Amino acid sequence: MNKNFLTLFILIFSVTLFAQNIRVEGTITEATTDQPLPGVNVILKGTSTGTSTDFDGKFTLDNVPLNSVLVISYLGFQTQEITITNNQPLAITLQEDSESLNEIVVIGYGTQRKKEITGAVSVVASETIENLKPTRIEQALQGQVAGVNIISNSGSPGAASTINIRGISTNGDSRPLILVDGTVIEDLSVINPNDIETVNVLKDATAGIYGVRAANGVILITTKSGRKNMPLTIELNMYGGVQETTRKIPLLNASEYALLINESYAANGENLPFPNASGLGQGTNWQDEVFETAPIFNTAITLKGGGEKSTYAYGTSFLTQDGIVGGNKSNFTRLTKRLSYSLDFLENFKVNAGITWTHTVRRTLPETGIGSVLFNAINMAPTIPSNGTANDLGFEVVNPIKQINNTFNRGLVDKINGNIGLSYNFFKNFTAEARYQFNYSQVKGKSFSPIIDYGNQGTVDKVFDVERNRVAVNNDFFRDYTFDAFIKYENNFNEVHNLNVLLGTSVFKTSGSFNAFAGFDIPNNNIGNASLENATDVENLNDDRDTSFDARLLSYFARVQYDYKGKYLLSAVIRRDGSTKFGPENKFGYFPSGSIGWIASDESFLEDNSFINFLKFRASYGILGNDRIGDYRYVSVLDGEGAYVFDDILYNGTAAGGVSNPEIKWEKQKTLDVGIDMRFWDNKLDVTVDYFNKKTEDLLVSPPASGVIGVGAPGSSPPIINAGVVENKGLEFAIGYSEQLGENFKLNLKYNVTTLDNNVVSVSQEGGFVTGGAFGIGQDPPARMEAGQPIGYFRGFKTNGIFQNQAQIDNSAILNNNTQPGDLIFVDLNGDGVIDEEDKTNIGDPIPDATMGLNLTLDYKNFDFGAYAFASIGNDIVRNYERNLPNTNRSVYYLDRWTGEGSSNSFPRVTTGATNNTLFSDFYVEDGSFVRLQNVQLGYSISSDTAEKWGLNKLRLYVSASNLFTLTEYSGYDPTASTGEPIGGGIDYGFYPNPRTYLIGMNLNF
Amino acid sequence: MKNLKITFVFIAFIVMASCSDDFVDVKSNNENSEDYFNSEEDYQQALIAAYDLLQSTYLNVMMGEIASDNTLAGGGDANDVAGIQQVDDMIHTQINEQLRNIWQWMYAGVNRANYILEFQDKTDFEGKEKILAQAKFLRAYYYFELVKWFGDVPFAVDTRIQFGDQFSIEKTPKEEVYAQMEEDLIYASDNLTYIPEQVGRITKGSAQALLGKIYLYQDKFDLAGAVLENLIDNGPHDLVVDYSTIFENDNENNIESVFEVQYTDQEGASFDCLQCSEGNIAVGFNGIRNYDGPLFESGFSFNVPTQEVVDEFEEGDNRFETAILDINAWAAETGATFGTGHEHTGYYNRKYISRQGDANTGDANLTNPNNYRAIRFADVLLMAAEALNRGGISDDRAQMYLNRVRERAFGDSDHNVLASGTALTNAIYHERRVELVGEGHRFFDLVRTGRAKTEIENNNGIDVIRNAEGDIISVHDDRIFQEGKNEVFPIPLIEIQLAGNQWEQNPEY
Repeated sequence: MNKNFLTLFILIFSVTLFAQNIRVEGTITEATTDQPLPGVNVILKGTSTGTSTDFDGKFTLDNVPLNSVLVISYLGFQTQEITITNNQPLAITLQEDSESLNEIVVIGYGTQRKKEITGAVSVVASETIENLKPTRIEQALQGQVAGVNIISNSGSPGAASTINIRGISTNGDSRPLILVDGTVIEDLSVINPNDIETVNVLKDATAGIYGVRAANGVILITTKSGRKNMPLTIELNMYGGVQETTRKIPLLNASEYALLINESYAANGENLPFPNASGLGQGTNWQDEVFETAPIFNTAITLKGGGEKSTYAYGTSFLTQDGIVGGNKSNFTRLTKRLSYSLDFLENFKVNAGITWTHTVRRTLPETGIGSVLFNAINMAPTIPSNGTANDLGFEVVNPIKQINNTFNRGLVDKINGNIGLSYNFFKNFTAEARYQFNYSQVKGKSFSPIIDYGNQGTVDKVFDVERNRVAVNNDFFRDYTFDAFIKYENNFNEVHNLNVLLGTSVFKTSGSFNAFAGFDIPNNNIGNASLENATDVENLNDDRDTSFDARLLSYFARVQYDYKGKYLLSAVIRRDGSTKFGPENKFGYFPSGSIGWIASDESFLEDNSFINFLKFRASYGILGNDRIGDYRYVSVLDGEGAYVFDDILYNGTAAGGVSNPEIKWEKQKTLDVGIDMRFWDNKLDVTVDYFNKKTEDLLVSPPASGVIGVGAPGSSPPIINAGVVENKGLEFAIGYSEQLGENFKLNLKYNVTTLDNNVVSVSQEGGFVTGGAFGIGQDPPARMEAGQPIGYFRGFKTNGIFQNQAQIDNSAILNNNTQPGDLIFVDLNGDGVIDEEDKTNIGDPIPDATMGLNLTLDYKNFDFGAYAFASIGNDIVRNYERNLPNTNRSVYYLDRWTGEGSSNSFPRVTTGATNNTLFSDFYVEDGSFVRLQNVQLGYSISSDTAEKWGLNKLRLYVSASNLFTLTEYSGYDPTASTGEPIGGGIDYGFYPNPRTYLIGMNLNF
Repeated sequence: MKNLKITFVFIAFIVMASCSDDFVDVKSNNENSEDYFNSEEDYQQALIAAYDLLQSTYLNVMMGEIASDNTLAGGGDANDVAGIQQVDDMIHTQINEQLRNIWQWMYAGVNRANYILEFQDKTDFEGKEKILAQAKFLRAYYYFELVKWFGDVPFAVDTRIQFGDQFSIEKTPKEEVYAQMEEDLIYASDNLTYIPEQVGRITKGSAQALLGKIYLYQDKFDLAGAVLENLIDNGPHDLVVDYSTIFENDNENNIESVFEVQYTDQEGASFDCLQCSEGNIAVGFNGIRNYDGPLFESGFSFNVPTQEVVDEFEEGDNRFETAILDINAWAAETGATFGTGHEHTGYYNRKYISRQGDANTGDANLTNPNNYRAIRFADVLLMAAEALNRGGISDDRAQMYLNRVRERAFGDSDHNVLASGTALTNAIYHERRVELVGEGHRFFDLVRTGRAKTEIENNNGIDVIRNAEGDIISVHDDRIFQEGKNEVFPIPLIEIQLAGNQWEQNPEY
């Protein structure tokens, strides 16, 4: 055996030896700029012999057989093959190719050429991110990627967004897994968008290689890094601008308000509060008082480069942004520093490492619902002067200006994450890799509530009045690490069979603790003194319970990828995941997935087709597990609250916390995806179509539970159960068109649309439904998950106009005796002659039927122009920002109210008496469809000659406007208002609108 | 060779990394509830948590009063806390957030008491019976509330109702629940002392009084009379001489308190978790709307006394000033200002409204420290009197106990009741109403004595609503008390559904 091998070896060696070999030299430059390209790979085809270009783009390769082929490849450029016929020096120009099929896409524990990917993967390129100038990266995904829906939870600076990939398929936590250069992060606010090179979104079961946390899809972010043999380049990006609100809700002015209030008092037989309503004029416009134009400023520097065997990149950025409500009282400031380095120790032994430090400071004002600044601005009476007090407006509505001035909340995050990876190539076809990554963060918060009397006559009558000042401080720690180790085997048999096998293991551990204290009586009622040291009666807000947590995952995985001539593609993954979230019986789950692909355009019958350049059919199916629930929920743990007073001293006892369910097991998502990728007309037209069907079984839910099991105890909560099946079906269609018209004009047009059909197939919970959200005060939760309905649909009364007279009431089914002419008519759906719980029905749902995005970029000579629009169609929204107290202000639609028979059939009367009009009905549900112009931008780059003269690579100046306008019929601030909850989303509690932003900026490279 | 070494190091690395499955066996740093009760300390700690839910009975007290003819719901407007408004008007349905709270909170208490009793044999130590006695009292107290409000209820003894059990646990006739309460309270009175180790703990007297009350609710007059007289004769309790001092914060746990629910203003609270408050929430809810003036603080103006209960006070009854605050008279006297809420009657439930002098820990309306005097010695005397009279045991002794209460009320013996038989019964009923007004007993007293329909509907033209000046502007509508229905409240529909629709709703709901 050995002898034979030796003979074969000698034979091959001899052939090489005896062939005629020459030395090849050449220079490689970039096509557009004529700049030399260092670090380009030059490989003799079919061998591992090769070199790469030096700083001047030059290479030399010895012993090249005549008529052999050199493969010239470089990331981001089209690969070229050159047949060597003589020893003349070569001059090769490489074409940039960001959209190319040869683009390398990260797919989890490896990379793949885009052409050969069998999963549904979308890519957002860096130029898109550059154009959109997001302060958070989620903003760059909205409308860019079919199937990805971003819900901004608030427009306040630094607020998080909810990302839903292909609908809401889980009840608990529908966040996708996010990896930055392979490091898992939970919070996107810590990343500087400037550092990002590309964003890949894995939408189907092929994300399964990432296991447990990938059930909601995976977002892979690659940051900018240096290239080998690249001279130091410095990028400086700066922008600054202003933000303003996109809308003010039309409300009644003082005169209109006074007349309306008088009418409502009169309707209940009470004295008129404004006997002299004339001469009140406009009064105070509270929205004008609270909204302001707020500055935003960002600067970022990136340094990158590389030596012969190493690359490096360093970036630092600073962002500061004030809020359109409260200015610096809702400021968000972020400082980031990032360093990455890679080194090839040996030809076959490589190391890469990176470290990121992020420091953010966020100040916040009360947002969302009762007690928020905007809620107060909407409900405050216009007759009150801006420095006045909110008398007679109930206990919750207070002067919002006073509220801003007396709010002191600050959250501080310090986060370090790092990673190190080793890669070792052995026995020719094997690569072993190990990666270690960690996150460490400290979250510090402080809030100070000074002594404040918001009015009315009494001292502590407003809910928000503070008679004893208080400081609350929290200091939380989070640590996690992931360790991955895997071996890859790659080989090619008979030139046609490509095999790629991966075997690996991954461990993940996250731990941390929460610490919160509060104290009272800060001297001088002054924020400067607000610390626990200066406080009296300091209490531990966790009642001395242990708040530490420790959650872990243990996974083994294997993947086989096979293709025949790169034409027939096959991939299969199996993963075994273990999670600390489940009891001993259910800890481990096996999750298989697989995909197939066929590149039809490589078949002989299509190979030379001039119309179709590329055609790929692909399909994938897989089962993914989800464990995103709280820790220790399968076992009853004594972390509840139980305190009582003996001898006038408060004693903390021991009680069970959340009710346990030992039976909880993995939630399973069964995902089917069938897709086609096509390119036509010299690759000018690019079409991707996907059908998906995502079925979530054993949905993990914590629904309201029976009181007899003790869920009402302090510190308790309902158990987590596996309830029901949810299905998301839809179609994604993306089309891109790019055209070079003449030398100076380039056009790029992209459009994508996603349809979504969400349906709850079954709910195994007794009672058959799960509730969520809130409407008004003391009303049942309006949102439900129930079989046959979309998840989180709104359940309430259907209305059918307004009762015009008593006779009509006498002949109708009514809810109770509060009903009078001018009230909403609730429809007696079951026709039993009474209006009751049984007559409530589906009156809307927050899930859009379709979402779409349109991107246009135009380049003309040195000018570039970009516009991005996004639309959402068929989502409903609940108007829940009206307090509806006797003296609160109203929207202008009340001017059209019912005032007598025949006056209105759409807007009910006003009264201070008992009324059913405030009950949840379709009167409060509106169509939330919208089209939004997300961004418009115009840029000018100086010509490359001028740049060179000035010693620069690039200088571009631009102006940009984001969130320029929104077309919608919705009467609130922002049709995107939502908390993002699966059950209870789409309810507008007085949403902080996403600001409109005008920027001016500069990109400078040298 | 070198490469081979590195390879081996690599492989070893991977093998090391391949942890065993034990890696995902992690225990919480907080103890597992199945592994608890290993020391006396553990039992004591669990007992504190079982006491905790007593503080949530503020809602029972407040709604019990509002359901009766003593007070109106009040509040900010006609839609303020719809669940309370509906109970006041006796138009409540099976969808009622506040009734659901009572249901949930009382079962939370039952479960915490049963948790201790489930593990009562696990660890032995001296004095364990005292802990068990308190746990049994608490279980009886919570079940008594459930039976008063809902009649027949799901019932578990010495075991927690755990997840899954809600689908099989059956609604149990209240007689069975009462039998268990009696057993528990006999055990408690046998094993506890009259003088507790700490103020606020359950005593022998608390157990006897509650036992007597439970007998009385079942018309077991002999047993009620015996246990209550035993307490009167042997217990340390007496009437506080000056009625006006009983409800003030500096007179908590006084000699008249047979059982008192303890509250404090030490901790903050919010509307997000009312049951988590360590304060008496009813006090803030009952408080004077938009008040500015001496002695009191403002609140939400719920639970406002009717003209009818004001008229019930006899001339010369010095309890009136303590029980009822005539806000117009007070404002005229002190210059205080106030606002008017919904159903403003001009009166406030003075025993339990916010007073100045507390820490006003935020949310100040939810953290009032006023203890609830759950069973006062005056109540014990009146219950004893009622048992002796209605049981035909001794009208003389019944008169004696009744007149002890009346002599304090009038400061003389001129107002003593000398009647007997039914006249005495009615005198006792009247006395219960005025002595205990504002304390949450009235509705259940009416129901157990079969007078609910007559009394609750009999307010025609008396329950007036006033404006800020005290002028009558309207009359509160008549209420309908449907016999065979309104004696108990509906089990919240959602609770029936969440337990698998196996419990029958109370009649007529």
